[in-house]
Amino acid sequence: MSQLTSLARLLAVETGRAQPTKTVRHVHLSDRPLVLVAAQLAGEACAPLGALIGDDRARPRLLVVYEPRDRTQRFAWAAAVAETVLGYIDGYAKEVPDQDPDPEARPETGTPKPEPAADAPQLLVPNPQTAGFLRLLGRSTRFRSTTGEYAVPEAVPLLGRWLTYYSERTEVTPSALLLQLTAVLADHWASGQSATEDVLLGALVGWIDPPPGLTGPQAARVAEDPVRCPPAGPVTDPGWDNDVLEPMIAAVRAATASGDAAALARVQTAMDGALWSQLRPTWDLTWQGIDLLRELPEAAHVAARWLDDRKSFTSTVAWIRQGGAPQPRRDGAVSAARRLARLEREQQRLAVERAFDDPLVLAEYRLTGEAFAGRVTWRAPDRLDQSGSRAVPRPLITLATEDEVIMDEGTVLKSPVRPRQKAVLTEILPPESPGGTTFVTLELTSGMGRGRTPQPGSIPAFGEELTYTSLSDDFQPPAKFPAREDTPWTHGGPPQEYVPTDDDAREDWS
Amino acid sequence: MTVGEPPSQPPGQPPGQPPRDPVEARLDFLRGRAMPVNHDARTISALAANPGCPRRALMDAAGVHKHEIAKHVGLPAPYGLSPFARSRGNAFEALVKDDSASLLLALLRQHIGLDIASAHYEDLSRVGAGESTNLRHARTRQKLLGADPGTHTMFDHPLLRLKVGGRYAFLEPDLLALHHSGRWYVVEVKSFAIIDGQADPEKVAAAAIQSAVYVHALRDLLGTDPSTGANLVHHETILVAPENFANKPAAAKLDVRKQLGVIRRQLNRIASVESLLDAYPEDLTFDLDPDPDGRPRRAPGELRGAVETVPANYAPECLATCELCFVCRDEARAHGDTGALGKKVREDLGGIETVPQALGLARGALAPAPEREEIAVKLRHAAQVWEQLTGQAV
Repeated sequence: MSQLTSLARLLAVETGRAQPTKTVRHVHLSDRPLVLVAAQLAGEACAPLGALIGDDRARPRLLVVYEPRDRTQRFAWAAAVAETVLGYIDGYAKEVPDQDPDPEARPETGTPKPEPAADAPQLLVPNPQTAGFLRLLGRSTRFRSTTGEYAVPEAVPLLGRWLTYYSERTEVTPSALLLQLTAVLADHWASGQSATEDVLLGALVGWIDPPPGLTGPQAARVAEDPVRCPPAGPVTDPGWDNDVLEPMIAAVRAATASGDAAALARVQTAMDGALWSQLRPTWDLTWQGIDLLRELPEAAHVAARWLDDRKSFTSTVAWIRQGGAPQPRRDGAVSAARRLARLEREQQRLAVERAFDDPLVLAEYRLTGEAFAGRVTWRAPDRLDQSGSRAVPRPLITLATEDEVIMDEGTVLKSPVRPRQKAVLTEILPPESPGGTTFVTLELTSGMGRGRTPQPGSIPAFGEELTYTSLSDDFQPPAKFPAREDTPWTHGGPPQEYVPTDDDAREDWS
Repeated sequence: MTVGEPPSQPPGQPPGQPPRDPVEARLDFLRGRAMPVNHDARTISALAANPGCPRRALMDAAGVHKHEIAKHVGLPAPYGLSPFARSRGNAFEALVKDDSASLLLALLRQHIGLDIASAHYEDLSRVGAGESTNLRHARTRQKLLGADPGTHTMFDHPLLRLKVGGRYAFLEPDLLALHHSGRWYVVEVKSFAIIDGQADPEKVAAAAIQSAVYVHALRDLLGTDPSTGANLVHHETILVAPENFANKPAAAKLDVRKQLGVIRRQLNRIASVESLLDAYPEDLTFDLDPDPDGRPRRAPGELRGAVETVPANYAPECLATCELCFVCRDEARAHGDTGALGKKVREDLGGIETVPQALGLARGALAPAPEREEIAVKLRHAAQVWEQLTGQAV
């Protein structure tokens, strides 16, 4: 996204309001996503401090770790998170019938299973940092053992597997299983600030939907003050850490050491209140953001992409039911290469679908010369190509456009109105002066039915307004990769089979 | 032009001393009555973040407390270190250095091939009562210059010195390791985790530039091997950080050659602050005019005027590195500066400086200068497309 979005940013600066840069919503949004807002202890790799979780905006569940450096309390917290998250996932997973599992298939690489679940559970977090926190939480819990010296509740490693699955799924760009709100909002609106500042949820929502009486920049400025608008996490405001949290954790420690149960209960209640005050504003902002997204109609291709998510979810349910081992710490060479190739294809597909679904996205390509919009000024609908054994219709149309057309003759073009129809560019008549009218002649080569005469409506009408683009979503065959056991020596040879060991379970979580 | 009341007595100069170098005197005057800010590796590496900013170069050369200035004009930067992050960092460093740095030695054996069973370890951080930084530095200097690769290995918290804009900054690397070949390694202990071999790239980048500052300062002291001409300080530094979720330290090598180049260039720029000074009036000062209790008395508007006398080169990246960022952003936004929207937007706009200019060209209300004709056509086209599709006039 470039020039048009940049123009929109200028307009946002001038008007004091973010400008919509999409006409439709390009992500699936569940009727009841599971929202998770988290806080973690500063300085630690992944020491949870608390979270608000739930799919009901009026009743979030507050979970607090009163002594974040205590291993037992962290796992107890993880078990409580698991209760909510797994309960939510189970609501969808229980609809998945038992299937004959393919023992070779891992959810990301295996062949998709038949019969995708009717719907899939969608997680939604305020920002990419929280998604990163969930990834680490998944990494630190999926290897835990439920037996032996450091036993944890059974739900903990299961939560780890699910969180790891959701985190890995975010690498698949078209996936909407785990939405990161600031990223989705910044994709659909252009604020009057920089992308660096857009990462702050409060500031971005302030530009899009400022409270009454404030302009976008004023609302964003309020959101930058951590006292008036606590950060969206998971890192908390250092000032709050210093003034509020540190004395409270010290009091928890003192009450625990002295065995004063009443004092402990008092300070725990106070800490619940403190975490609530830090997390609740972000919880509300997150739901405000969800409301904003709901106002946009869903784009045409979203359902198809969500189907892929449902398929992926379904095979993950099957894989977990058959007791699949936790995901390895690192991919082997072949699976990494295969994954990368797939991600690239998915990304290309997403770009094309978005352009076909949304004239504002397609317009970005008009500005770079990869698409043009014009009106049909001449047509030869009955033209036939008789060179072969059988005459086939090859109509010509000419469009007049004010857009700059940077394409070669012979380029294959498509229009979102008739996505099945290919048109070959046969002639360009450039404008007499810069910014003037260009005439482009196209030969239609498909999408007209099988007969000698094109089906009615399959040829653009005289005067019809159309956009043609060289973007293509044509199927490309997946690249060929060797089997895992044939990994060449240049890539380390066949990787060892990953077997979880006791060492994984013993790893400190301090 | 707004300038402050000059301080009654030039600061930093006790009465009866010979007059100082005129550049230093002017920098002192710019800073006013405040003590110069102590540069450390963090502030020096931040210098490299926006080398094209005259405001920053001048203030840093003069050792101005930018945070105090920003606070006094009502736009303090939102920086702070959580007590938890600090205590975690200290605890991890203590663990690594516990027992004469035995954990660290094991890592160094593995990473720089120390093939000795036990090693010398000397803590240079211990400060005697009332010991000045100069004295501490002198001791470091003496120890490091006299170090013998055969017997000496690790020096904990030496105090190095580096000239920044005419004044010495004191730098305290976590540890220096001397390989028996005679080469020195800078070791930096950080408390962010390396998980499954990966760490937060931003934090690693910050550690790399910070280590490069130490390498630069150490090279300044030790120079090159007189016989071979090779640098005595290795351009690879050792990052020590906790592995996975535990406290167990792991090490990784960082090649800081690129960062060294950046720092060298920027320090040279600051060293040539004289020419920068010439552009501004002699009575320009950022003095806060503190009352006897240290409370600033200078009118904020006037101070702001003084700050704005020196142009800034604001970009959103400043938000992460400069205490003055909200002041400069406010100013940039008031000017309608397109740079405040980020590099990418500015590039999309073909380098047009202000929002009104860009919108004026997009609306065809402004006639473009010859070199802007091409971008003006593009902007007008974008505006037409926008109007066509949104139904709203640009």
